[in-house]
Amino acid sequence: MKYAFFPGCVSRGGCPELYPSVVNVCERIGIELEVMEGAACTGAGVLQEKNQRLGDSLNARTFAMAEAMGLPIMTICSTCQGTMSQAHKRLADDPAYMAEINEILAEEGLEYKGEVVVKHLLWILVEDVGLETLKKHVTNPLVGLKMAPFYGCYIIRPTGALGFEEHPEREDSLERVIEALGAEVVEFAGKTRCCGFPILTINERNSVAMVANHTLDAKGLGADAMVTPCPLCHLNLDGFQPKAAAQSRTTIDLPILHLPQVVGLAMGMDPKAMGLNKHIISTKKLLSRVAVSA
Amino acid sequence: MEVTLNVKRFDPESKEQGSHFQEYNLEVEDHSTVLDALVKVREEVDGTLALRCSCRASICGSCSMRVNGHAKLVCKTKLRDVIQHDHKVLVEPMNNMPVVKDLVADMKPFWDKVRAIQPWLQPDGAAPEREYIAPNATMLHLTGVMSCIMCGACVSDCTALEVDKNFLGPAALAKAYRFLGDPRDDAGNNRLKMYGESGGIWDCTRCMECVQVCPKGVAPMERIMSLRDQAIQAGFNNNNGARHTESFSELVKHSGRLDELRLPIKTFGMFNFPALIGLLPVGLRALRRGKMPPIIHKSIPGAEKVRRIFEKVEGKK
Repeated sequence: MKYAFFPGCVSRGGCPELYPSVVNVCERIGIELEVMEGAACTGAGVLQEKNQRLGDSLNARTFAMAEAMGLPIMTICSTCQGTMSQAHKRLADDPAYMAEINEILAEEGLEYKGEVVVKHLLWILVEDVGLETLKKHVTNPLVGLKMAPFYGCYIIRPTGALGFEEHPEREDSLERVIEALGAEVVEFAGKTRCCGFPILTINERNSVAMVANHTLDAKGLGADAMVTPCPLCHLNLDGFQPKAAAQSRTTIDLPILHLPQVVGLAMGMDPKAMGLNKHIISTKKLLSRVAVSA
Repeated sequence: MEVTLNVKRFDPESKEQGSHFQEYNLEVEDHSTVLDALVKVREEVDGTLALRCSCRASICGSCSMRVNGHAKLVCKTKLRDVIQHDHKVLVEPMNNMPVVKDLVADMKPFWDKVRAIQPWLQPDGAAPEREYIAPNATMLHLTGVMSCIMCGACVSDCTALEVDKNFLGPAALAKAYRFLGDPRDDAGNNRLKMYGESGGIWDCTRCMECVQVCPKGVAPMERIMSLRDQAIQAGFNNNNGARHTESFSELVKHSGRLDELRLPIKTFGMFNFPALIGLLPVGLRALRRGKMPPIIHKSIPGAEKVRRIFEKVEGKK
C-alpha cells in the first residue's frame, strides 16, 4: 500500500503537529508514503474564485506528477481533497478542457492522462486499509471517550465530485473510524457544517460564532473531544476557540484532535510524537483518560 | 413499504411552548415521495398537519423542507432514497426562516433579500422605441441561474445565515449575478459596489451547502465567486475579502505554496494596526505552543515552474 503523499501547506505551517502524526501512524499501519515535495498548493478554492483554470492547471500538474510516480495521491486535508476532487471531475468531464490544460503543462514536460486516484487518509483507512485491519492495530481502544466528528465542508460536498455514489461509505467514514478505535461517536448536526475558517480574516465575528456553535453543541451532547480530518477546521476550532468562548461569554475547552492523532492514540503511540502538546486547547485532561502503552 | 415519518410540529396557537416531534407510521408505495407520504398523513391520519405544496412536479418551489437535516423539494425526493435503517425519515421545516406552522416556513426574509439586490433591469439613456433587445448569445450564460425556482432550499441550509441574519444569502446573490450579467442592464458598477458591502458577497463561507441542496443546479456559491472576481476586476478591492483573494494568489505564485504568516498581514494591510494587534493574542498562544508557521517561508522545489503557469494562465478564463 503505497501513496504519493500530498501534505498540503498547513501540515507544515499552522498545524505542524499534523505532519509527524500522519507519518508515524502510516508507518505503523504499513502505509508507505513518497512525499510530493514539488507539488503546489491546490488553491483551496480561493485561487479558484479568481481563476478556476489556474487552479485546475496547478492540480492537473500535481496529478501528472503522481501518474509519473505510478501512485495514487494521499491527502490529509479535507480542503485539499475537495479542491482536487473538483478539479479532477472538471477535467474528466471535459476532454477538450483537459487538452487545453495539458498544453499548459507541456512546457514542463508533464502530461495528465486522467487516471489519477486522489484519496484522503480518512478514505484510505476505510477503503484500502479496511476497518477490520485497522481494529487489529488498536492496542489501546479509546473506551469511554466520546468523540464528535467534524468533517470539513470540502470532503462532504458536493457529493458528485467526491465519488459518494461509488463509495457510499464515505458519508459516515469518520464515525466508523471513531468506532473502530473504540471510542463512542457523538452524533451532532454540526458535523457537516462549516467551521468558519474561510471567512476568518473577512468577518471574524461570524467565523468565530460558527466555532462557538459547533463546539458548544458537541460539548452539550457530552463530547470529550472533536475529531477532524481537516487542518483548516482545526486552525479555527482549536486556535480560535478562546475567542469563540469570549465572544459567547462562556467557557468551552473542547480539545480538537486531528484524525491521525486519534488513530495514533488508539495504537498506543506517544502523544508528544503526535504533537498533542501543541494544541491551543489543552489535551492534557483528555490524555489522562487514555492509557498510553507506547 | 413501511415508513415512520418523524415530523417537527409547531402550532403558534397552542398553549404548549415551542415545537415537538410527532411520529406517523405509514404503509406507502415503493415509488412514493416524501410529499406523497405527508399528504397521506394530512388526508388520512392527522388533518392538523400543515405543509405547503402546489405543482408536485418540482416546478413551483413551494414544498421545500428539511429531510434528514438537509433542505429538499419533497415532491422530487423518493422515500426509498432517504429512508434510514430503522425505517425512519426526519422531516422539519426550512431553517434560517421563522416557522408559521409545522412544515410551513415564513418566506418573508427570503423575499426581502431578493428585493434588496434590486432584481430589475436598470438601463441607462432613453428608452428604445420598441423593446430592449438581448441577443441569444449574450443571455446563454444566464440560463443556469435563471432556472432558480425560488424554493428557498439554499437559504435554509446556508451556514453563513445561521450566524448572521444580515447576510444576503445564496438565492438573492445568485439573482444579483443574473441582473449584473444581463446585457440590457447598465447599473454594473453600482451593483458591484452594493453587493460588496457588509452582508454581501464576501461573507459567503464557500461551504457549498447551497450547491449541494439546490434542486435546479443553480450553484449559487459559484455565482457568488464570480461576483467576487467581477468586483475585484471593477476595482472594488479595498476590503479584506478582495485582499485575501489577491494575497493568497500572490503568495502561491511566489513560492508554490501558501505562506500562512504573511496571508493575514497582507489581508489586513501592513499598516492596519488595530487588526494586526487583534491577531497578537492568537499569535502569542500559537507561539507558546510551538504552533507557528516557519518565519522563513520555504518555496517548493521548482517554484519557478508554478510561477510560469501563473504567467501563462492569469488573465485567461
